[in-house]
Amino acid sequence: MSELVKLGLKEASEKIKNKEISSVELTSALLERIDARNENINAYVEVVHDKALEMAEASDKRIKDGNARLMEGVPLGIKDLFCTAGVPTTACSNILKGFTPAYESTVTKNLWKTGAVMLGKTNLDQFAMGSSNETSAFGTVKNPWDEERTPGGSSGGSAAAVADYMCLGATGTDTGGSIRQPAAFSGIVGLKPTYGRCSRWGIVAFASSLDQAGPMARSVEDAALMFRGMSGYDPLDTTSADMPIESFDENLDDLSLKGLKIGLPKEYFVDGMDEDIKKVTYDAVARFKAEGAEIVEISLPHTKYAVPAYYIVAPAEAASNLARYDGMRYGQRVEGENLDDTYTKTRTAGFGDEVKRRIMIGNYTLSSGYYDAYYSKAQKVRALIADDFKKAFAKVDVILTPTAPTPAFKTGEKVSDPIQMYLNDIFTVATSLAGLPGISVPSGMVNGMPVGVQFIGKAFDEKHLLKVAFAHERMTGFKPLDVK
Amino acid sequence: MDPRYEMVIGLEVHAQVNVKSKLFSASPTDFGAEPNTQANEIDMGMPGVLPVLNRDVVDAAIKLGLGIKARINRTSVFSRKNYFYPDLPKGYQISQFDLPIVEHGTLTIDLDDGSSRDIGVTRIHIEEDAGKSVHDFGDEKHSHVDLNRAGVPLVEIVSEPDMRTAEEAGAYMKKMRAIVRFIDVCDGNMEQGSMRCDANVSVRLKGVETLGTRCEIKNLNSIRNVMRAIDFEANRQIAIIEHGGEVEQQTRLWDAAKSETRAMRSKEDAHDYRYFPDPDLLPLKLTEERIEAAKAAMPELPDEMKERFIKEYTLSAYDASVLTLSRAGAHYFEALVDGKRDAKKCVNWMTVELFGALNKEGLDIHDSPISPDHLGELVDLIEDATISGKIAKTVFEEMWTSGKAPKTIVEEKGLVQITDSSMLEGIVDKLIEGNPENSELFRSGNDRILGWFVGQVMKETQGKANPQMVNEILRGRLRP
Repeated sequence: MSELVKLGLKEASEKIKNKEISSVELTSALLERIDARNENINAYVEVVHDKALEMAEASDKRIKDGNARLMEGVPLGIKDLFCTAGVPTTACSNILKGFTPAYESTVTKNLWKTGAVMLGKTNLDQFAMGSSNETSAFGTVKNPWDEERTPGGSSGGSAAAVADYMCLGATGTDTGGSIRQPAAFSGIVGLKPTYGRCSRWGIVAFASSLDQAGPMARSVEDAALMFRGMSGYDPLDTTSADMPIESFDENLDDLSLKGLKIGLPKEYFVDGMDEDIKKVTYDAVARFKAEGAEIVEISLPHTKYAVPAYYIVAPAEAASNLARYDGMRYGQRVEGENLDDTYTKTRTAGFGDEVKRRIMIGNYTLSSGYYDAYYSKAQKVRALIADDFKKAFAKVDVILTPTAPTPAFKTGEKVSDPIQMYLNDIFTVATSLAGLPGISVPSGMVNGMPVGVQFIGKAFDEKHLLKVAFAHERMTGFKPLDVK
Repeated sequence: MDPRYEMVIGLEVHAQVNVKSKLFSASPTDFGAEPNTQANEIDMGMPGVLPVLNRDVVDAAIKLGLGIKARINRTSVFSRKNYFYPDLPKGYQISQFDLPIVEHGTLTIDLDDGSSRDIGVTRIHIEEDAGKSVHDFGDEKHSHVDLNRAGVPLVEIVSEPDMRTAEEAGAYMKKMRAIVRFIDVCDGNMEQGSMRCDANVSVRLKGVETLGTRCEIKNLNSIRNVMRAIDFEANRQIAIIEHGGEVEQQTRLWDAAKSETRAMRSKEDAHDYRYFPDPDLLPLKLTEERIEAAKAAMPELPDEMKERFIKEYTLSAYDASVLTLSRAGAHYFEALVDGKRDAKKCVNWMTVELFGALNKEGLDIHDSPISPDHLGELVDLIEDATISGKIAKTVFEEMWTSGKAPKTIVEEKGLVQITDSSMLEGIVDKLIEGNPENSELFRSGNDRILGWFVGQVMKETQGKANPQMVNEILRGRLRP
């Protein structure tokens, strides 16, 4: 294995710019690593060797010509939920097998404009519905820290690829925790930005009012640089925010922790929570306190309604968003006796069980006579949750919570119990419902598995959030996965 | 129709907004292109694509709302109407549901007897059209889908159930068409489908307050068919009730060839559309500035123009409403009068000769081969007695085919009226001399024989003799 694969994203970007290494060298090293490891880990569902090298060569030429851009020559993995022109895009569902879009998602387009190189498409829970990567039509992903365990989901392939040095960073999407939970399970950094920071154009939609793309990398600085490259206003997405792109990766170390007010929501630290998780989180709190931060107990009273509200809103939007997969224009079709039969056979064969479950829940909660009791009420709860955060942020600068209720669990352990699986999102969904940014950063080890904590910030306050996460990373001294 | 009953009619009009691109994508909206050449990834409902609202459609809806004196909602919401069909690529139609852009309007309709009535307009909302399914390719197992129309912007205008006769429904459609054309929101062409209508019809005994069970009639592609279908449907419902039956709530299809409506689906088959606000689109917020700008850009509307015509030109209410059915017609009329000609004479030439000729050829006033200037010149030629009214009709026909100016035609063909009294007297004298019996008949009191004499003079002069002068000379000679 070439040691190049262990380079940080920002570090590699600087070495390429300084011509210490070439993008082709780095890209080749990563492709070799993928070829050696992917068959076992299953992080990638599509590896684009030729395209990756072509892009790397183009980057090296730009470096030579003195035209280097922000992430010139840096190889990335792309979650297979992002449409990539000319490269198959499946959302890891049979219904989209064979689909190759002619258009590019805005986030990946932005990344290519900064000079980044695509290695391939990473595995995910089918249509991003799942917390363990077990609903993928391409099979599960192994957690590189312990191959019997899941890397989390839905961005499990991206998390495993980053953790196992099969890329320097990868894109993820987060609807209720799909970046943060796999980041925590896989010992990496994952940022879910404020809703509207990254364009949703060209990302296969799960739940439109919650979906948000974000970076996954091995350090806060790397995640910050990648975030800078992928975010920005997009006129093609009406819900994207017209905010300037900041230099998120610069001056991350200039935050003084003295007087920094960190909120601990009491609803997130309850009886019966995992003792190890509790300890890792309080250890992080203690380190901040030691450097002068002020710890404030806060209350987010509607927290207990977050998971139920989420599992009404997200499936409702999903049921409608997935109606287009009808076998008529693209993707898989199973011919039936007549139109209705074709629809039924196509969707029965094309969607996995979890996707079907959510489509059924969503159509039920939207149906006439139930709308007010479910969807409409869930939206009201959502407003209350957002209001909880607003009140809390009048008192504190940032909120600290565990990212997930447990470390990575074993593959197969929860697959037959959807409620247990949904409870994985217990610490992450409220942030999603409120549209706020949240970042998971490694915070320690429990029985040989990494554990993360989550920092939640004010809307569009990512720069500050990243500085807090950076300070946490410095104090924690977390060691990434050791490979030979 | 049985006179004991009355109809209750409400209309839903879909008007295609004439803008260059679709409601949520940049695809063009031109009519008649090759199938599927005007549909991009958004119109095809590809994975991950998102809608972006066309601002021009919003402005058109605001203007239409102002045109019917309605409330413009400062906040309106786009919702998804979910159902499966191959020509609906996303599996839902983006429409407005519980918060439309326009509510509570009024349309004043003009009836043939010159009277007017106000009809309530419940709401106007913006929505996208679906694609077109084509089933007639000689293959029973397969249909074809054309997505050129998918995403084309529509406004749906929903009336209150305020109409009581098919004539009122027809008058509503005519006025609505006039307004959308005046504001330039829609070309109003029902045959091409850019304006479509569904009619909700029920019947009840006169004096009864409660509403009967209604049926919705679809596929009405002309104003005449709207009226015919309503009449048929009302009679069908009355017959059911009179035979002791109950009208079933249904959606029915108008078959113009057979002149009947037939059941399409019943209430039980109705879809549950699972409406919910589209999370891809933010609520539409309108600023006061935007509404004021739309107000400032409003042209004079049919009702305002009609009132003005009645006052300014002392026209009858009927003539004024006929002339203001389209902006082009009204402009033609004003150019024809040109501030100097007799308005009533101009109305007659326009509504009888010009509209008659246009209708015969199926032409719009835009396509009239006779300009207002030329028609005005013709009116002048009659007025100053250069030609007679009868000759004028010949000149009109020549103008229609050749496009030449009436003066030119009159000169080229030598159609100038003969007003030389000595010449006319000579003709008359000769005629009396050659027909002593008829002359005697007239002298003895048979007035009808005068017509024969006039006819003979006209024949002699190829119709160019001034008829009044001929009359006077004849009377002077035969009954001095």
